Amino acid sequence: MARIIVVTSGKGGVGKTTTSAAIAMGLAKRGYKTAVIDFDVGLRNLDLIMGCERRVVYDLVNVINNEATLNQALIKDKRCEQLFILPASQTRDKDALTTEGVGKILEELSKDFDYIVCDSPAGIERGATMAMYFADDAFVVTNPEVSSVRDSDRMLGILSSKSRRAEKGEEPINEYLLLTRYSPERVRLGEMLSVDDVQDILSLKLLGVIPESKAVLNASNSGTPVILDEESDAGQAYIDIVARYLGEDKPHRFIEEKKGLFSKIFGSK
Amino acid sequence: MTIQSPSATKAALEFKSTSLTIPVLVLLSPDLDSIDQQLDEKVSQAPEFFKNSPLLIDLQKLNAKEMNIQVETIVGLVRQHGFMPIGIRGGNEQQNQEALAINLPVHSIHSQNVPLVEKQVSKTAFVDVKPALEANQSVENKLITQPIRSGQRVYAKGDLIVTATVSAGAEIMAEGNIHVYGSLRGRALAGVLGNTESRIFCSDLQAELVSVAGIYKLKDDLALYPPQTPVHISLKDQSLDIKNI
Repeated sequence: MARIIVVTSGKGGVGKTTTSAAIAMGLAKRGYKTAVIDFDVGLRNLDLIMGCERRVVYDLVNVINNEATLNQALIKDKRCEQLFILPASQTRDKDALTTEGVGKILEELSKDFDYIVCDSPAGIERGATMAMYFADDAFVVTNPEVSSVRDSDRMLGILSSKSRRAEKGEEPINEYLLLTRYSPERVRLGEMLSVDDVQDILSLKLLGVIPESKAVLNASNSGTPVILDEESDAGQAYIDIVARYLGEDKPHRFIEEKKGLFSKIFGSK
Repeated sequence: MTIQSPSATKAALEFKSTSLTIPVLVLLSPDLDSIDQQLDEKVSQAPEFFKNSPLLIDLQKLNAKEMNIQVETIVGLVRQHGFMPIGIRGGNEQQNQEALAINLPVHSIHSQNVPLVEKQVSKTAFVDVKPALEANQSVENKLITQPIRSGQRVYAKGDLIVTATVSAGAEIMAEGNIHVYGSLRGRALAGVLGNTESRIFCSDLQAELVSVAGIYKLKDDLALYPPQTPVHISLKDQSLDIKNI
């Protein structure tokens, strides 16, 4: 039985697709057979971030409409044989998504796969609700910024009331906070919300903090998930996150500012 | 290709019977200005209760005194106050025709008329409300231990007790009192059916709006009350009284 993870946020542009790609690659590299699905019908970009945009033949909507089988639509990643991508349709719109259709696909995937990562679109409409309906775990991606926090809060409300687990009265979805584009320096200057400020409002399990990093843009330009850039801070942050999700105890490395050589020797100002 | 036989079509509807309890507006005078003003007073005592409420307009008493009123005018007036008329009764021939012309059914006057004492909101009727409640079963109090997220609404028939945070954008409502032990950042409305004795207790007042029986204060007006300080909000002389605990 696969574990279904939804990467959601409410707000757009916070790092959901970047995170979905990184997490899926991270889990696959650990040996787990992983599928990552793009639910942003009409505005697909998971295939770009994963670097497989030239190999898209069939997509999620084709499979829902029985125009193609799941095997025909799944794209195997060239870098990791445990990772498969199911892209969204670019020409249709979200009305093509149905609960039964999505449910059937996830059920079929669950037979062979260990993890299914659902990349949710922004907003609280059909695409987002479809992506989170069947989830077991939710990664709520939030920027340390007021509108993102409020939208994440709204999304949490929806997760706890409109998911299948909520409707059936089963155990609730495990919610995790992923704080992206974090800048410890700006937090110190009082310009940015700190982890504690965000936790005060959201009260979630902190899975990890991903620092603001140039590596993210470089990664999406080259079509490689940023977790493969192991030298970069963002890449390392995602590696830590996958480890923590799988139960390992890793200290949070990117919350405090990096101290320069002088401050290390002479202490901070 | 399959051909569906006619008998294979599924039933699309069925008719059932039900009985509903609906407020009846008994008109005693044809003076529209008085009606307008008195409706306004009644509604402002419990806006949430009366908003979008179905309403049956009773014209019996008016017709007994030979006082006439245009159905369309009175319907327009009650709609302005947020009611949704579902018909008239006790009208004369012409009033019945007027009602049917604007698609409102004409009801029989032979159904029982139960005085709306328990639900009516007036200062004199208030004394009756308390004993009625004591005679009833205990009203259910609601306890919420999970954070109430933005966009969620919670309604309690009795008291509402929240031991977690109420996020900005959330709405909590109770017919009785509200107690918030976490931070209150959303909207809190106590005494929504008009119970002017309702109170709001909270440990950290950062609310967008607080209201007791329809009398409210916005976040701007609450600027004098610093966060992280327990307060007790009640209604005194038609305005909100906020005391530190």
